[in-house]
Amino acid sequence: MKKFLYKTGLSTVLSALVLMAGTSSAVRAEDTIKVGILHSLSGTMAISETTLKDTMLMLIAEQNKKGGLLGKKLEPVVVDPASNWPLFAEKARELITKEKVASIFGCWTSVSRKSVLPVIEELNGILFYPVQYEGEESSKNVFYTGAAPNQQAIPAINYLMNDIKVERWVLAGTDYVYPRTTNKILEAYLKSKGVDAKDIMINYTPFGHSDWQSIVADIKKFGSAGKKTAVVSTINGDANIPFYKELGNQGISAEDIPVIAFSVGEEELSGMDTKPLVGHMAAWNYFMSEDTTKNAAFIKQWHAFTKDTKRVTNDPMEAHYIGFNMWIKAVEKAGTTDSDAVQKAMIGIKFPNLTGGMAQMLPNHHLSKPVLIGEIQEDGQFFTVWQTNTLVKGDAWSDYLAESKPIIADWTAPISCGNYNTTTKKCSGQNY
Amino acid sequence: MKYRVTYPVKFVVLVLMLFSFIGTSIAQEEATELTFSATVSRLKVRALTAKGKAIEQLAKFQNSRKILILQALVDGDLFEVRDSGQIVIAESKEDKYSIVLADNGNGIGLVESSAIKKIKLNNRLRSKIRSLVATLQLNSAAAEVRLQAVKTLGKSINQQSLFTLKKRAEIEKDDDVLDALGLVIALDNLNSTDRLIRLKGIETLKQKTSLKAVNRLQAIIDKNNEGQFIEPDAEIRKQANSALVKIQARLQVYAVAETVFFGLSLGAVLVLAAIGLAITFGVMGVINMAHGEMMMLGAYTTYVMQLLLPHHIGLSLILSIPAAFMVSGIVGIGIERGIIRHLYGRPLETLLATFGVSLVLQQAVRSIFSPLNRSVITPDWMSGSWQINDFLSLTWNRLYILVFCLLVFAFLLQILRRTRLGLEVRAVSQNRNMAKAMGIPTDRVDAMTFGLGSGIAGVAGVALSQITNVGPNLGQAYIVDSFMVVVFGGVGNLWGTLVAGFSLGIANKVLEPYAGAVLAKILVLVFIILFIQKRPRGLFPQKGRAAES
Repeated sequence: MKKFLYKTGLSTVLSALVLMAGTSSAVRAEDTIKVGILHSLSGTMAISETTLKDTMLMLIAEQNKKGGLLGKKLEPVVVDPASNWPLFAEKARELITKEKVASIFGCWTSVSRKSVLPVIEELNGILFYPVQYEGEESSKNVFYTGAAPNQQAIPAINYLMNDIKVERWVLAGTDYVYPRTTNKILEAYLKSKGVDAKDIMINYTPFGHSDWQSIVADIKKFGSAGKKTAVVSTINGDANIPFYKELGNQGISAEDIPVIAFSVGEEELSGMDTKPLVGHMAAWNYFMSEDTTKNAAFIKQWHAFTKDTKRVTNDPMEAHYIGFNMWIKAVEKAGTTDSDAVQKAMIGIKFPNLTGGMAQMLPNHHLSKPVLIGEIQEDGQFFTVWQTNTLVKGDAWSDYLAESKPIIADWTAPISCGNYNTTTKKCSGQNY
Repeated sequence: MKYRVTYPVKFVVLVLMLFSFIGTSIAQEEATELTFSATVSRLKVRALTAKGKAIEQLAKFQNSRKILILQALVDGDLFEVRDSGQIVIAESKEDKYSIVLADNGNGIGLVESSAIKKIKLNNRLRSKIRSLVATLQLNSAAAEVRLQAVKTLGKSINQQSLFTLKKRAEIEKDDDVLDALGLVIALDNLNSTDRLIRLKGIETLKQKTSLKAVNRLQAIIDKNNEGQFIEPDAEIRKQANSALVKIQARLQVYAVAETVFFGLSLGAVLVLAAIGLAITFGVMGVINMAHGEMMMLGAYTTYVMQLLLPHHIGLSLILSIPAAFMVSGIVGIGIERGIIRHLYGRPLETLLATFGVSLVLQQAVRSIFSPLNRSVITPDWMSGSWQINDFLSLTWNRLYILVFCLLVFAFLLQILRRTRLGLEVRAVSQNRNMAKAMGIPTDRVDAMTFGLGSGIAGVAGVALSQITNVGPNLGQAYIVDSFMVVVFGGVGNLWGTLVAGFSLGIANKVLEPYAGAVLAKILVLVFIILFIQKRPRGLFPQKGRAAES
């Protein structure tokens, strides 16, 4: 009953919004290139996704100042899928068929991406997905500008294992596809490195879990066995704050049992009391605290755009920044916004990262990225304690899972497949 | 004769060379042996290994300020002045910082926060400093400081710290400190090659209530992967086993106590969330879907109070309680007067309308405060835990919330029993027409009751702000749980809500270790569904003719 009400209530509000967006855009439809922005502006995910919408608006405005694209102005089309997964698919369809956008920048959670996937493939659109994710996917129509597991999770484990000498592992996550797949990969990886099954503890909690007492008590017991223990956290969103608070209250400091998180960035930290978090870690491909001229300029631009000098930047924002600029380059290279031509032109495009180095779009539609590990400081920023010497190439299909080991993704001829089995020499199509 | 050098000349040259050699070696000595101030100022280097060296050197000085500096560094109070590069200890004063020079304690005065830069550490340096400080504090005059130092050193023991601790054990007088030292030494005894020392170690561990002891003993009696005992000595295994059984008997008691505490504290949160609803839904019969948003408003009130009083976090939290009651109460009265009173007796429309209100309130908060979570700082007296022993520690925030929940419950009960408003509320809820006939202004009573329920929800929001996120979705996370508790406890019965909240909390926590957090929640829900099938009116159904109709 509640769900039904939720939907009807929201869709009335939304359709009104869409109507407004539609009428305003109809006026000058001909001489612009439309860019779809598919990020939740209401509901649970609004907390993370609203920022990305603003980032896109900033990037588009900036590009228009430089004279637009192919002599035309860019026009953002913002829709609100309201943290409602099926609505993501509907909105994506609407953006492509009704608004005729040239490309879509959007989604955050893996389930929203999975929901958009069939639509975008059917209508041959282009989606730029800016968030770190679990991998095991490569679609012809999606460009993954966030990190694959080998660009975030695996280097983080290596750091803990080699530099911190961790021997016991707690894999804690929220109960949905990203943590489950990531933990499956990590468990296989740890076992391949000789970690005993009884030194690995896996724990899942519901979305928005707020009572962490027993789980933290368990972690404490698990961590007191005389071996160095660390928590690898794929806990998502809101559940993190009570988790870290409980850790602090039960007297577990980052020096005793460090927590390394894959979903906690500057944006999430800005809503937290950071006192109990100091010293805990996160692995990303970008930190706001990285001291480069490009990054300083980006932060300045962001502050000017939002008119708020306290706003932070984060990793998915950089992903959109790189993705958007790559798309611009690809359209200029192809000379058209036609989907097939742009998809072809995208592969091999290079664009500098904000933190240094050159990101490159690989044939598997993933990026090459640097990996950074930072410790949380009291001001909510990260202090980089480790980083890779070179850029790491995103790997769509994990080499540590038996079933995906022989599979590669390569969207260039002659393979042209997102799911190609190198042993059987067969492309299994869209079978993921 | 050109190169003939006489002996005296040769001698002079030799002596000169010797002097110059000594001279340079003195100069070199000075280069490596920095002064105390110079060592302090080397703490600002960015490279972590160099910083680690500077810290080690600092600890070697015989200077009374070194502990102070190291402690400030690990607490994040050590800063570098941006202009002059001086190292200072800073203390936050209103919006500015009061700074004193680290090496000699001379005050400089107040500066803006932008004028100084924090000296950063990573975990490794932090734990290094902590053990350095602990070693230095081992000879402190205060017993608690020594106890803390022993505990810190015991976390990661090495040959050197073990030696220091053994030395201390010989001269230590305080019982608690001796106890802690005994544990560390007994754990080390187990690594000895001497069988008697090992047995003595086990004997000592038997008396200790310590997780480390349990794990160490467990390791002795464990088998390896081939099914063979790791420990070859049968006698030691037997002793270790009997020691373990003894400790575990105590551990069992603490484990039960811990589960009960976890359950009660979860229950307290449920009761707090549900108790306002027990009034609006239970007593008035209004299905208020915006109840969660009343809690959210309370939590945001706490945030605003904290912004108003940024330097008195504790006080702002206490003042938030009446403030949140007022804010949520007034909004509640507004909703009742504006919407709900037109819909009495039409539950479906009320449900829809209040759900709409909840969406409006959420979006309003998003527009005013941004969709991001707001950070509400926990005061120091609510952080940390009451460490009874290694197995049982009660976290302060949960303990306070438990007490707070009982206070709110008692307060509400007194209002309903002892005040005129309470009397009128009970009269109206039992028989509206009869109450009206007796001259009770039912309209006003309805508004006041709804305001009371909403206000209590606001107060619950203050408590929630201390344990969970303050964001637009706060209310949604608790609305289902609230209805669950009220329905399970019996609609219209405050005691029912209390008992239901606590029993659901404990049931959840008993199930969690076996079933996991996800399944535990599902099991509890299934249980409630079955229970409601059997007893549709909940645990404590209302009796009497009015309730039957």
